[in-house]
Amino acid sequence: MQHLFDIADLFSSRAPACDYWTLRLVEEEQDHLEVRQGVVEPSRLTYSSGAMVTLVKDGGIGYGASSDLSAAGLRAAAERAGGWARVHARLGLFEAGLYPRSSTRADYRTPIEEPWSTLPIGEKLDILQAANAALPIDDRIVDWSAWLARRRVSQLLITSDGGRVSQVLDYVHPGLVAVANEGSQTQRRHGGGSDGSQQGGLERIVAVRLLEDAPRVAEEALALLDAPECPQDTRDLVLLPSQMVLQIHESIGHPLELDRILGDERNYAGTSFVTPGMFGRYRYGSELLNVTFDPTVPMELVSGVADDEGAPATREYLIRRGILERPLGGALSQARAGLPGTSNTRASGWDRPPIDRMGNINLEPGEGSLADLIAQVERGILMDTNRSWSIDDSRNKFQFGCELGRLIEDGELKGLVRNPGYRGISASFWRSLDGVGGPESLEIRGVCNCGKGEPNQSVYVGHAAPPCLFRDVAVFGGGE
Amino acid sequence: MNADAFFALADHLNAELHGAEILFSNLANESSDFVRLNRNRVRQAGHVRSTALDLTLIEGSRQVEGGCDLSGDPTEDQVRARRLLMRLRERLGHVPDDPYLSYSSERSESDRRGDARFPPAAESIGELVAAADGMDLVGIWASGDLAEGLASSIGHRHWHASASFNLDWSCYLEADKAVKSAYSGFDWDPATLRAKLAAMREGLHVMSRPARILEPGRYRAYLAPSAVAELMGMLCWGGFDLKSHRTHQTPLLKMARGERSFDPRIGIHEEHDRGLAPRFTSEGFPTPPRVALVEGGRFAECLVDARSGKEYGETVNAASDAPGSLGLDAGTLDTADVPGHLETGLWIGNLWYCNWSDPNDCRVTGMTRFGTYWVEAGEIVAPVKVMRFDDSLYHLLGDRLEDLTRERELLLSAETYDGRSTDSALLPGLLVSGIDLTL
Repeated sequence: MQHLFDIADLFSSRAPACDYWTLRLVEEEQDHLEVRQGVVEPSRLTYSSGAMVTLVKDGGIGYGASSDLSAAGLRAAAERAGGWARVHARLGLFEAGLYPRSSTRADYRTPIEEPWSTLPIGEKLDILQAANAALPIDDRIVDWSAWLARRRVSQLLITSDGGRVSQVLDYVHPGLVAVANEGSQTQRRHGGGSDGSQQGGLERIVAVRLLEDAPRVAEEALALLDAPECPQDTRDLVLLPSQMVLQIHESIGHPLELDRILGDERNYAGTSFVTPGMFGRYRYGSELLNVTFDPTVPMELVSGVADDEGAPATREYLIRRGILERPLGGALSQARAGLPGTSNTRASGWDRPPIDRMGNINLEPGEGSLADLIAQVERGILMDTNRSWSIDDSRNKFQFGCELGRLIEDGELKGLVRNPGYRGISASFWRSLDGVGGPESLEIRGVCNCGKGEPNQSVYVGHAAPPCLFRDVAVFGGGE
Repeated sequence: MNADAFFALADHLNAELHGAEILFSNLANESSDFVRLNRNRVRQAGHVRSTALDLTLIEGSRQVEGGCDLSGDPTEDQVRARRLLMRLRERLGHVPDDPYLSYSSERSESDRRGDARFPPAAESIGELVAAADGMDLVGIWASGDLAEGLASSIGHRHWHASASFNLDWSCYLEADKAVKSAYSGFDWDPATLRAKLAAMREGLHVMSRPARILEPGRYRAYLAPSAVAELMGMLCWGGFDLKSHRTHQTPLLKMARGERSFDPRIGIHEEHDRGLAPRFTSEGFPTPPRVALVEGGRFAECLVDARSGKEYGETVNAASDAPGSLGLDAGTLDTADVPGHLETGLWIGNLWYCNWSDPNDCRVTGMTRFGTYWVEAGEIVAPVKVMRFDDSLYHLLGDRLEDLTRERELLLSAETYDGRSTDSALLPGLLVSGIDLTL
C-alpha cells in the first residue's frame, strides 16, 4: 500500500489546476486454484493496477483512467479528463457544482485470521483434491469440481480537499459443484461456500465446511435426478438465505438504486417501479420487512469505511416495518434528486467510474427458527440455492429458479422436488411476507457478479438474510 | 501499445526463459472514449487506456497462467512482465503435470489491421445531441482502438487491431415506453444516424397510443433480430461447447441425444471468417473459417477450445467455449411483409434479461422490452406493456416456427464488461405461431 501513497503524494505535488480533483488508485491480486475430476486445472495469478483521475473543471466533469502510474501517465490521464470536462461543461446533464467533494480520512483493512500466503500451494491443492475426491460417489456424477479463489483489492482515494481513504479488502472463495445425469435429465448442486462469499482469509475454508460439504452436494445432485418435478400451482413459499440473497438483490436492491430512478440506466440495466414520491410513505412490504444498507457488518462483502467518492460509510434503514424510507443513492445522485441516500457510489475497478451500486443490503432478522417457519405452512415449497434469475427492466415482474426444492405439508418437510421455480411481482410479493427467521438463522452471503452500468461494471454485493415465509406464490417445475 | 512494442516485449521475455520452458504471451490493448447520455445530455464522460498482458508458462507437461497490466513504458513494462514471469516460474515447480495441456507447436503469423473513419468522440456526441434535440435519449457511446496480440517462444506472431465506434441508445416517451437503436461500425455517417433517429421518432409516435395489456397465454409473434439475439445468447451459454456436451450439461442435450430437434430451416454457425474477432486462439491455434453448430435443425459440431480438445480428443476449432461470431441462416420472409404475415399478434423488438427456466428442456424465460407492439390485421396498432415469456426453444425454433426473414442484421456487441467486445451476430427475424406469455 505504501507505493500507492507514494504515487498519490507525487500526483498531489503536481496536481492539475481545476476546481476539484480526485485520484483513485486500485491494485488487485487474484489467484484461482481448481481441481476438476481429479485433475488440477491451470492455476491463474493476476495482478492489476491502474488509476482514475476525475476533474471538476471549467464547469464540467470528466475522467481519465490509465494503467500507466508514472507521473507522466497520470498527467496524461488528467489531461484527457480535462478534455471531457470541457464537453460536459457544454452538454452536461447537471451542473458540475453538484459533484460531491470529500475530505474524509479513513482506513480499512479486512481482519484476517489466516492469510492466503500461510498455506503453500501444494497444501491448498491437497485440500481441493480431497474435496474433489469426495464428490464422484456414483457413476451418474458426470462432472465435479472444487475450487479456491483469492482476491485482494487495495484502493487509495485522495482528493484535492484533503480526503485520503485507504481500503484493503481480502476475499477467499471456496466452492464445490457436482453434476449428475441420467438420460436427458441433468441436475447441478453447488456447495462448500460457492454462494456464501464473505471477506476473510483461509479461515473461510473451515467456516464453509468445504471438505465436509462434498458428500451432501453429490448426494443431493443424485437425489434430484429421481425427484418429481416441482408442482405448478399457488402455494406458500419458504426461501432459504441462499435464495433470499437473490430475492433481495433483484427486487429490493436494484429498484431502490437512485441512478435507475433518475433514468441513467434506462438503456441498459433498466429503470425502477419506485418513484421519488414513494419515499417516506410507500408500503413496500408487510410489517415484518426491515431492510438496511449496512457497511458495518463484520466480514460482509462490501463492509468498509467509505465509498469510492469518499462518502463515509454509515448504516441506514431503506425499509422499516414495510415502509420505504430512502433510496440507494450516493452523494451526487442525492444532490440531483433532492433525496437522502447512502454511501454507495462504487466502481468495479480503476478503469470504470463510480456509479450508484448496492453495498451490503440486508434483511433484518425477526423471530424464531427455520423449523418455526415451516411449522406455519400447511401446503408449501421450500427452495434452496438460486440457479436462475430474470426480472423486468423496472424490477417488478420476476421469475427465479432454484437448485433444490422440498415439499412442505402440514408443517413438516417432505420429499425433494426438482427444477423448482416461482414468479411474482415485486410490488405485491413483499406484502405477502409472513415470517422472518430470527438472528440465529441469519446468514451473511452475497453475490459476486452484479452487472450494471455503461460502460459495464461487475461488482461484489453483500446480502445478509434469514429464511423467510411468503404466502400464496405461483410456483412451477420443469418441462417444455 | 503497438505491435512492434508488444513483440519486442515478448522477445525480451523469451530471452529470459530457462531450459525447456515455453512461453505464450497474449496482449489486450484498448484506448476507449466512453460517454454516457441521459435525457440527451452527457451524464458521465471519460477515457480509459488499458494494456493487459497474459502469460502461460509451460515446462514439460506442467503449465501456469498469469496476467498483469502494462503501463506503455517499455522499461517499466519489462519490469512488470519479468516480475510476473518469475512468479509463474516459482509456482510452476509446485503444480503437477496437466494431462490436458494443449498448445500449437507450429509457428504461425498473421497481421490484420482494420480501417476506420470516424471523427473524435466529442464531435460525434455533439452531432448526436443536436440531431436528437427534443428526444429523451439515453445510452452509451464507446469508441477507440482495440488490439489483441499473441507471441510465443515457439514462433507465433499474431496481431489483430481495429478501431470502431458503438453507439447503443434508446429514446423514451414515458415510463417504460421506449424504442431502441444502435449504430456501430468503422465508418461514421451522420446521415445514417439521422435516419435511425427519424425511425425512432416514428416508433415513439406509435408508443404514444394507449398501451395494450395482454393476459398470459400463447400469442402469434414476430421477433426482430435484436430479440433473436437474446435467444441466441442463451444458446451460446453452454449450448455448443464440447465440455458441456460431454458432461451432459448443454441445454441442447435432448437435441444431441436425438430426442428433439429444431425446424429443418434452422442453421446456426460460428462464422470466424467474418473477421471482426481475432482468428487465433491464445494457445496459437488458427480458427477455421466456419463451424457448423446446427444444420438442418439438428446438432452438427461442437466448439472445441484447446483444453477440451485435448481432454476429449477433438480438433481445436475455437478460442473459447462460446461463439463470438454467430450466424443464423436466413429464411424467405421479406421484413416488409412481416406485419401482413403476422396478421394479429406481437411484434417483439427486444427481449431482456433472459435466463434458463429449465435447461433440460431448453426452456427460456425473459421479458419483452423496447419497441414491442400489438399488431391487428397486419397493422401495428398499439404498444404493449412489458410481458414475461417462458417457452422452450424447441418450440420457438421448432414446431412453432413459421419463417425467418430473408434479410439479416449484423449486430455488433455493445458489451464492455471485459473491455469493448469484438463479438457480433448476423441474425434474421423469426415469425412464430405462438410464444407463451406467463406474467
